[in-house]
Amino acid sequence: MNLLTLVLFLPLAGFLAALFVPRSSPASSRAWALILSLATLVCSIGLVFYFDRSLSGEQFAVDTTWIRSPEIHFFVSLNGVSLWLVLLTTFLTPICVLISWRNIQNRVKEFYAFLLLLEFGLIGVFLAQDLFLFYVFWEVSLVPMYFLIGIWGHDRRIYAAVKFFLYTMTGSVLMLVAIIYLYLKAGTFSYPKILDLLASGQLGFRPEEQMLLFLAFFVAFAIKVPLFPLHTWLPDAHVEAPSAGSIMLASVMLKMGTYGILHFCLPLFPAAARACSGWIAILAIIGIIYGALVAMVQPNMKKLVAYSSVSHLGFVVLGIFSFTQQGLDGAAYQMLNHGISTGALFALVGLLYERRHSLEIADYGGVATAAPWLSTAFLFATLASIGLPMLNNFVGEYLVLQGTALANFTWTAWAAIGVILSACYMLWMYQRVFYGTPSHDVSKHIVDLNLREWAAVIPLAVMMVWMGVYSQSFLPPIGKTTATVLSQTQINVPFRVELHRPVEVSRAR
Amino acid sequence: MPASPMPSATDILRFLPEILLIVAGTLIMVLDPLVKRRSSPLFGHLTLLALIAGIAAAVAGASSPGPAFGGMLMVDGFATFFRVLVMGVGILIVLPSYRFLARQDGETGAFHALLLFSIAGQCLMAAASDLIIIFIGLEISSISSYVLAGFFRDDKRSNEAALKYFLLGSFATAFFLYGVALIYGATGTINLDAVRRSIASPNAADPVMILLAAALMFVGLGFKVSAAPFQMWAPDVYQGAPTPVAAFLSAGPKAAGFAIFLRIFLTAFGPIGAHWEPLVWGASLLSMTVGNFAALTQTNFKRMLAYSSIAHAGYVLVALAARSQVGAAAAMFYLVAYAFMNIGAFAVVSHLSGRGEKYTDIEDFKGLAQKQPLTAAMLTIFLLSLIGVPLTGGFFGKFYIFKAALESHLVWLTVLGLLNSAVAAYYYLRILVMMYMYEPGPAADALEPLSPTLGAALILPALGTLFLGIFPGWVLDFAGRSSELMR
Repeated sequence: MNLLTLVLFLPLAGFLAALFVPRSSPASSRAWALILSLATLVCSIGLVFYFDRSLSGEQFAVDTTWIRSPEIHFFVSLNGVSLWLVLLTTFLTPICVLISWRNIQNRVKEFYAFLLLLEFGLIGVFLAQDLFLFYVFWEVSLVPMYFLIGIWGHDRRIYAAVKFFLYTMTGSVLMLVAIIYLYLKAGTFSYPKILDLLASGQLGFRPEEQMLLFLAFFVAFAIKVPLFPLHTWLPDAHVEAPSAGSIMLASVMLKMGTYGILHFCLPLFPAAARACSGWIAILAIIGIIYGALVAMVQPNMKKLVAYSSVSHLGFVVLGIFSFTQQGLDGAAYQMLNHGISTGALFALVGLLYERRHSLEIADYGGVATAAPWLSTAFLFATLASIGLPMLNNFVGEYLVLQGTALANFTWTAWAAIGVILSACYMLWMYQRVFYGTPSHDVSKHIVDLNLREWAAVIPLAVMMVWMGVYSQSFLPPIGKTTATVLSQTQINVPFRVELHRPVEVSRAR
Repeated sequence: MPASPMPSATDILRFLPEILLIVAGTLIMVLDPLVKRRSSPLFGHLTLLALIAGIAAAVAGASSPGPAFGGMLMVDGFATFFRVLVMGVGILIVLPSYRFLARQDGETGAFHALLLFSIAGQCLMAAASDLIIIFIGLEISSISSYVLAGFFRDDKRSNEAALKYFLLGSFATAFFLYGVALIYGATGTINLDAVRRSIASPNAADPVMILLAAALMFVGLGFKVSAAPFQMWAPDVYQGAPTPVAAFLSAGPKAAGFAIFLRIFLTAFGPIGAHWEPLVWGASLLSMTVGNFAALTQTNFKRMLAYSSIAHAGYVLVALAARSQVGAAAAMFYLVAYAFMNIGAFAVVSHLSGRGEKYTDIEDFKGLAQKQPLTAAMLTIFLLSLIGVPLTGGFFGKFYIFKAALESHLVWLTVLGLLNSAVAAYYYLRILVMMYMYEPGPAADALEPLSPTLGAALILPALGTLFLGIFPGWVLDFAGRSSELMR
C-alpha cells in the first residue's frame, strides 16, 4: 500500500460509499463526490512531489499476486507520462462534479457514483503494468461511461451509448486474443518482464506474427483514439453525453488509446510499428484535415468540438509515429493539452446549454453582451485550442510538427494545414455564438458565471497558461519516459525481427 | 469386476447424495396429500434442507474418493465438483420459486419432488463412470425435466414446451443409446476406463464403429446441452416452461450434460481426439454464431436467454475442442459462472413476470431501475457477466476458455469466438437500455416488493458472480485439480 494505490482505490471506495448515500438527498451525493474527488486530487498532487524526476523508469511500483494460476498480478506503477495523465483525470473529476451540479437533476446518486467508478477505471488504465490488469481496467472504464451517456445524455443517447460500447468492445476482444497469445508465448502477463525477455532476446516474434499482434493491439487503441476511419462513434458519443461525460470522454478516455499506443504498442512491437508508420501517419493526417473540415460545417457546438478532437488527436498519433524524441514528447504533451483545452470547451458549452437548452450555434449570438465573463473564459479556451503561443496547445503542436519534420517533411506540411483550419472553425464559431446583437432568448436566459462555475473554470484557465508558458514543469519527466520508449523501439528492432535467424543476430550485434 | 451383492458402507457413503435427494423427493410426494393447500412453503424448506444435506454428503464423500458399486460410479474430484454444482443450482432455483409458485398458484409438492429427482439424476450423471449408469442418470434427469417443463398444465405454451422437449429429448437419448450399443458391440465393455483402454490398444476394435458411436453420442449430448445444430428445442422450451424451470434447464441439466460430455470424450474417446475435434470445433462455432445472431432479434427475454444459452454452450464446446486438462478446468469454471449469472437473470424475470407470466418481454424491463434499483443493479451484474466484462465470473470463464483454446492452437476459433462475444454484447445491452434509460412501463409499475427469499435468490448469485470475477483462483484451482483426477 503506497500513495499510488491510495490514489487508485480512493475513487473505488468513494463509489462503494456513494451507493449507500440515501437517494432522497441528492445534495449529499454531490457533496460526497466533490469531497472525494478533491481528496483524490490532493493525493495525486502528492504523487508529483514524491515522483523522482531524476529517474526514467517506473516508480511507486506495487506488485502483488492477484490470481495464482495463470499468474496474474496486481501490478501498478507510474512513469513520466502516466503521472500527468493520472493527474489530468483527478484534476478533471472535481471539475466535472462542479459542472454537473445543477445540470444533473434526476438520479443524482447514480450519476456521481458512476463518475467515481469511471475515475477509478481511468486511473487504473494508466497505471496497470500487468497486461491482464490493463485489460480489466480498460473494460471496467467502459461500463460507467456507457451509463453516463445512456442515462443522462441527450435525445439520441441510447444509440450513442450502445455504439460507443460495441465499438470499444469489438476492438478490445481482439486485444484480449493478443494478450493471451503474448502470455502463452512469454509465460507472464507482467509487462516489464515481457520487455526484459524481449530485450534479452529470450522472446521474439516472427515478422508476420509481430504484425498481427501489433494490429490487434493497435486497432483496439485506434478505435479509442479515434483514428480515421474508426472515429464514427465519437461524434455521437460526445454530442449525446452529458457535459461531464463529454469532458471525461474527450479529455481522458481518448488518451487511453494514445497512451496505449505509446506505452504498449511501440515497445512491444517496434518493427511492426515502424513498418506501419507510413500508413498510420497518412491516416492521422487524413484525420487532422478531415476532422477540421467537418468541424467547420457543424451547426452544433458539441459536434464541432467533437470533430476538433478527431483533428487534434491526429496530431498525437502523428507525433508518436514520427519516431523522434520531439514528436513523442509533443504527442505526450498534446494529450494533456487536449485534455485541458477540450475539457474546458465542453464544460463551457455545457454551461451555455444549461442556460439556453440548445447546442445549435444558430440559437446563439451576442452572448458576449449578455455574459461577458463566460465569453472571456470561452475565448480563452478557444485560443488555447487553436494553438496560440503562450497557451498550452501551442507547445504540443509545435513539438509534434518539429518531430514530424525531422521524420518526413511532407507530413508536416500537410499536418500544418490542420492548425490553420482549427483557427478557422473555432474563431468562426466564436464569432457566431458570442458576437452580434443578442436575441431576446439569449439576453433573457443567459446569465454570467456564478461562483461554482468560476471555481470550475479558473483552474482550467490557470493550467492553460501554466502549460503554455512554463512547460518545463511538465516536460522533463515526459521526456525521460518517451526517451526510454524511443530507445526500446530502436534497440530491439533488428534484434527481434531477425531472431529466427540466429546467424544474423550475432552480426547485428 | 463383478459387483458384490450387498453394497458396502463405502458404497453407501459415495452414493449418499443421490440417496438423500431421492428419499427427500419421495417424502415430499408422500406428504403432499396431507398438506391441504396447493402452495405451501413447507416443501420448499424440505427441498432446501435435502439439497444442503446432499452437498454436505457430496463433500464428505470426496474425502474418500474412489469407485463405488464395482466401478459403476467414480466419486472423484470431478464428480464432486459437478454434484455440488447441480445441487447448488437446485438451491438457487428453489429460492425464487417460493414466491413464483405462490403467485401462479402452482402445486409446490409436485414441483419440488420433480426438481429433486431431476437433480438426483444429474448427480448420478456427474459420478457415473459406466455408460449404462450415465444413461440411467440422463433418463432420470430428463424425464423429470420434461414434466417440469409442462408443469402448468393449463398453459398452452407450457404444454407445447413439454411436448417438444419430450419428443426431441427422447430422440436424442435414443441416439445416445445407439452409441452406447455400438461401443459395447465394438469393445465388449461399457466401463469408460475399459473403453479407453480398448480404443487405445494397438489391436483396437473397428475404428469406423467407434467413430460412429462417438458421433451418435455427440448428437445425443449435443441435444442435451443445446448445442447447434441440435438447438431447435431450446427457444420454445425456455419460453414456454415456467421461469424457474427454464432457469433450471439452462443450468442444471446443461452442467450435468457437459459433465458427461467431458468425461466421455476426454476419457473414453480421448485416444481418438483428433477425429472428433473438427466435429466439436464446428458445433461450437455454429452454436456461438447461431445463438448470438438469433438472440439479436428476439423480443421475449426468456427466448433471448435461450439463444444466449445456445451461444454459451458454444463457448463451453470451445473448451472441449481444446482437448486438454486446462480446457476441461476452464469448462468447469465456466459452467459455475454461467449457473450463477443465468439463474440470476431468470430469477429477475420470475420476479418481474407477474401473475400468469404476463411480463416476459424485453420491453417489460422498461424503467426497472427507477422502480427497484436493487433488482436492476443485480440484473446489471448478471448481464455484464454474460457479456464478459471484467470483474465478473463470466469474463474469467471466457478468458480461461479462450486461453485453453489458444494453448491448443485454436487461433481462429478463439478470434471468431471472441468476436461473437462482442456481437452478444448488443442484445444484453438492450436490457440495460430498457432498465436504465426508459421511463417505467406497466410491468415495472405492477412490480411487487422483493420478498426475502427472492432477494436472496438475486443477491446470492450476484455475489457468486462477483466473487468468481474477483477471486477466480479458488474455484479454478479446484476445477484444475478435479480435471487432473479425471484421467
